[in-house]
Amino acid sequence: MMDNTTNSVQTMAEMTQNGVSPEVLFWVGCAGSFDDRSKKITKAFVELLQSANVSFAVLGPEESCTGDPAKRSGNEFLFQMQASTNIEVLNGYQVKKIVTACPHCFNTLKNEYPQLGGQYEVLHHTQFLYQLIEEGRLKIDSKTEYKGKKITFHDPCYLGRANKEYDAPRALIKKLNAELVEMKSCKEKGLCCGAGGAQMFKDAEKGDKEINIERTEQALETNSEIIAAGCPFCNTMLHDGVTNKEKESKVAVLDISQLLAQTESL
Amino acid sequence: MSNVIFTIIFFVAIGLFIRNTRRIIRNIKLGRKSDRSDQKIKRWKHMIRVALGQSKMTVRPIAGLLHIIVYVGFIVINIELLEIVLDGFLGTHRVLSPYLGTTYDVLIATFEIFAFLVIIAVTVFWLRRNAMRIRRFWKPEIKGWPKKDADYILYIELVLMFLFLTMNASDNWLQQHPDGQSYYTQVGHFPISSWITPIFDGMSYAAVVSIERTSWWLHIIGILAFLNYLYYSKHLHILLAFPNTFYANLNPLGKFSHSEAVADEVKLMLDPSADPYASTPVENEQQSFGAADVKDLNWVQLMNAYSCTECGRCTDVCPANQTGKKLSPRKIMMDTRDRLEQAGKQLDQGLEMDNNTLLDNYISREELWACTTCNACVEACPISIDPLSIIMDMRQYLVLEQSSAPTELNAMMTNIENNGAPWPFNQQDRLNWSKE
Ligand code: SF4
Ligand code: SF4
Repeated sequence: MMDNTTNSVQTMAEMTQNGVSPEVLFWVGCAGSFDDRSKKITKAFVELLQSANVSFAVLGPEESCTGDPAKRSGNEFLFQMQASTNIEVLNGYQVKKIVTACPHCFNTLKNEYPQLGGQYEVLHHTQFLYQLIEEGRLKIDSKTEYKGKKITFHDPCYLGRANKEYDAPRALIKKLNAELVEMKSCKEKGLCCGAGGAQMFKDAEKGDKEINIERTEQALETNSEIIAAGCPFCNTMLHDGVTNKEKESKVAVLDISQLLAQTESL
Repeated sequence: MSNVIFTIIFFVAIGLFIRNTRRIIRNIKLGRKSDRSDQKIKRWKHMIRVALGQSKMTVRPIAGLLHIIVYVGFIVINIELLEIVLDGFLGTHRVLSPYLGTTYDVLIATFEIFAFLVIIAVTVFWLRRNAMRIRRFWKPEIKGWPKKDADYILYIELVLMFLFLTMNASDNWLQQHPDGQSYYTQVGHFPISSWITPIFDGMSYAAVVSIERTSWWLHIIGILAFLNYLYYSKHLHILLAFPNTFYANLNPLGKFSHSEAVADEVKLMLDPSADPYASTPVENEQQSFGAADVKDLNWVQLMNAYSCTECGRCTDVCPANQTGKKLSPRKIMMDTRDRLEQAGKQLDQGLEMDNNTLLDNYISREELWACTTCNACVEACPISIDPLSIIMDMRQYLVLEQSSAPTELNAMMTNIENNGAPWPFNQQDRLNWSKE
């Protein structure tokens, strides 16, 4: 893998200055920018964009939280402040198309920004990657190291139920020639990882189990070697779950973009 | 004479039913406005698919199939009700039979087969509720009245079906009796009740007539009583499932409700030159953000509460509930209905609404903060109820009106305000990952 490729990532400001307008804006999100595990997802996705020769930009220091955790906490006011600021920036650059590796950002940008004046075509990275492969722009080596391996996919609530996208991530896993195994509850019935609704940022209420443990148990029941995720928060929750079960040497939790980036015929 | 008594009973029952319906409508109207007059065609389709077609019920195949039997049986057997009511008014007996000929025989046979299937389905339902430890039927919010209500409905249905079959069985016996020929003319085909008929052999003609009459009367009185029982029961869903699905939220589940009132304030904050009086007067009247009580919820949410079947499919899939937290989306709906009923009773007595609120007196903060907003409950509900929207409105009240979010969430929100991320990182460092 080429490690320093991300160095060349350009911001919207830089591109505009050079008079270029990119095909798509990559919305990195807070987790993707700051959280160590999630930064790896960001980098893997960037590698894939670069290898598919996609012209993209990020907002960098001009990006700010979409407001999702504020809105789900009930702080509509803070949410709308964040949204208005972001929309001003996005509209200033005349952004038309956005891709993001975070289903929370994806959902908020796609569904909750239009009412506040932000109308964009918004894609989750699994949707965009699938399109790139279908268009022949991104090439996957079909004799991948995943051939025959069992992979299970955890549906992020804000990609699945919230936006009815169950197929794109699964189609990508199938492209790896891996054996996709479903958990006891999947797709419409997928069990939450426990992070949504701003739970990521607080302790859980009193109960007899943590939600991520419950979900990790379902994932481990499939005997998969890899738990594929499509959300930085789910990724962390499930990774914590696997560690808690002392299975981290046997079972890896990886974002779909990481799976693809490892096989990609560069 | 009997038709006079029937007419009185019938109109009293209908009168009571209208009174109950008015109460429900009045109570639902205590809620805030929510415009659902858009997308008419999509709404019709949704209602036909989900309420009439029961598309969500079959997600759980056994319960779904049994429910469809009871539901279709209920509709089909109620066609017979038309004749029963006509007979009641006119003092006739099986008034439609001469006009329908063999169709009549087929109809009666169909009703009987359905009655039989309903008896089987209801018996299995009872066993599922009482003999099997199905988790969702043993949750704390189901204890007491809700459990009894569920069982009563099954008993009523069983009794009504048995009365219907006994009525037919005795009629069939009387039709064959020499004394019965003039009144009990030979009509109908009785594939099920003919098994019961031999019981009457050896009884006097008069005794069987009184059995037939008693079953007839108890059956119709039972149905009219059931009609008025609905108001007190989760069984109201047989009527409300229709408007409930029609007015359901058709947006993607991830799109949470938008507040115009907040939007106006944000506009003022960001643009001091904006005209503070430009916002529409309706929004200015709105006293508070979010919901502390039923009157702060919108009318669809209140209708949801009356429609809830207490089936617990929502609670069964709720991640918080599955892991032992206090939150149960079904309880959110049941609490909303209970509080609305209580508020309605006060209005009936000409009183002001008391100081109790849905928040704290019914639904605790602990429940509200346990929700992951995962939408599993909304997806699972067979009649498109949205418990999550109530949870969110109440969270909004807690944060915007009371500033009482859990401490960690307050810290997270302060971070967003100050540096544009839920963690204390500098916004200027957002691109550092690319250089690492
Ligand atoms: S949205 Fe909230 S109440 Fe509904 S199932 Fe998920 S956690 Fe439970
Ligand atoms: S809200 Fe829906 S799923 Fe939940 S108990 Fe009521 S009817 Fe059943």
